[in-house]
Amino acid sequence: MPRLSAAAPHRVSFTLNGRAVSGQAEPRMLLSDFLRHVLGATGTHVGCEHGICGACTIQIEGVPARACLTLAVQAEGADIRTVEGLAPAPDRLSPLQNAFRENYGLQCGFCTPGILMSLDALLRDRPDAAEPEIREFLSGHLCRCTGYASIVKAALAAARERREERRHA
Amino acid sequence: MKPASFDYVRAESFDEALEVLHQEGTDASILAGGQTLIPLLNMRMARPRVVVDIMRLPGLGRIDSDGETIRVGAAVRQSELERHAPLASSQPLLAAALPWVGHAQTRNRGTVCGSVAYADPSAELPLVLVALGGDVELCSRRGSRRVAAETFFTGIMSTDRNDDELIEAVRFPAARPGAGYAFREIGRRHGDFAIVACAAVVDARAARLAVGGVADRPVARALPLPGDPGLDDALNAFAWELDARDDLHASAAYRRQLVRRLGRKTLEEAGRCRA
Repeated sequence: MPRLSAAAPHRVSFTLNGRAVSGQAEPRMLLSDFLRHVLGATGTHVGCEHGICGACTIQIEGVPARACLTLAVQAEGADIRTVEGLAPAPDRLSPLQNAFRENYGLQCGFCTPGILMSLDALLRDRPDAAEPEIREFLSGHLCRCTGYASIVKAALAAARERREERRHA
Repeated sequence: MKPASFDYVRAESFDEALEVLHQEGTDASILAGGQTLIPLLNMRMARPRVVVDIMRLPGLGRIDSDGETIRVGAAVRQSELERHAPLASSQPLLAAALPWVGHAQTRNRGTVCGSVAYADPSAELPLVLVALGGDVELCSRRGSRRVAAETFFTGIMSTDRNDDELIEAVRFPAARPGAGYAFREIGRRHGDFAIVACAAVVDARAARLAVGGVADRPVARALPLPGDPGLDDALNAFAWELDARDDLHASAAYRRQLVRRLGRKTLEEAGRCRA
């Protein structure tokens, strides 16, 4: 039975945005801190650290979850996706990111990475998501700049674009 | 806002997990989805010496229905039960309450048994378990036992579980023919814990209402059927009996009023939903 002692760092390995990564973590290290401080993936933001604000939302095994409510050691062997994995190339935004840009879906940008990771999963699973469904999903995120209206608009635009693409594919 | 240090055990068998609980007792915390434990660790309201991760134990991820009971294993996440296709017909009360548990993002990690284990007086799943008269399966090195929901919850975030025991599963009674079920909740924001939540079961002869968010645990009562002229008086008596307290979310009077009004609406809706 693996018992990882509190005082020592332990190797943690998982897949991050399609690439195998690993680093050292004490058992108490949160996945959010492991991503940022050990792996240098600072796209995931840390707000409240008790699961309320949603800024640290990432995808674990394809579904949105709070990185601050996950220990790094729990992620051993998992498939993790963060905001760094959304853009298809360094100089291109994903359609969802682009919709945020076009519709003023962000101001300070602190909450944006978490919201993008939630909406990315929602629109993948439910491409026909309408406004009530999008708002329900956004209830797991706090944004203090936009009043959410432009975020909802961006999400609806991205959903529309995704449906169009499917029609022409 | 960072946890104090602890050892981490990734248990690979039941015996291993139960042995750690036996050895460490109150110094051990069980980790499943982590959506209650990790906030408590982050805020240092919990400082266990060892955290036992049970998510890789074999067999705990099952949802078993035999027509009479829906048995949910300790590793089943709330979102997995929510997506469990037959749930809307096999137990509509559970299906109605699950979307109210936290947010989609926390339901993807949080487990059904974890919510029952922490026994927050405002939490939805303990309320449903009490409303339906379900029970909790516990095991330890000393053996296994089953505890009825109404005796399992003993106060604010406290239960009948002993320090060396693991919740192996919770058992929700399946829907009975001729019974209707309804769930309603009032909170400040969707996804917050309830100010008052109501779960009702109504059949041709009896009505049962369970209320969460008011007393120190979910409480169920047999009440007159919807339409009975005695219902309002019985609801009023129930509302006073719950010993509501003022807090920063709502006054005691507001909570009592919600029990009277939301309670009646929930019973009426359950009456209309009778299969």
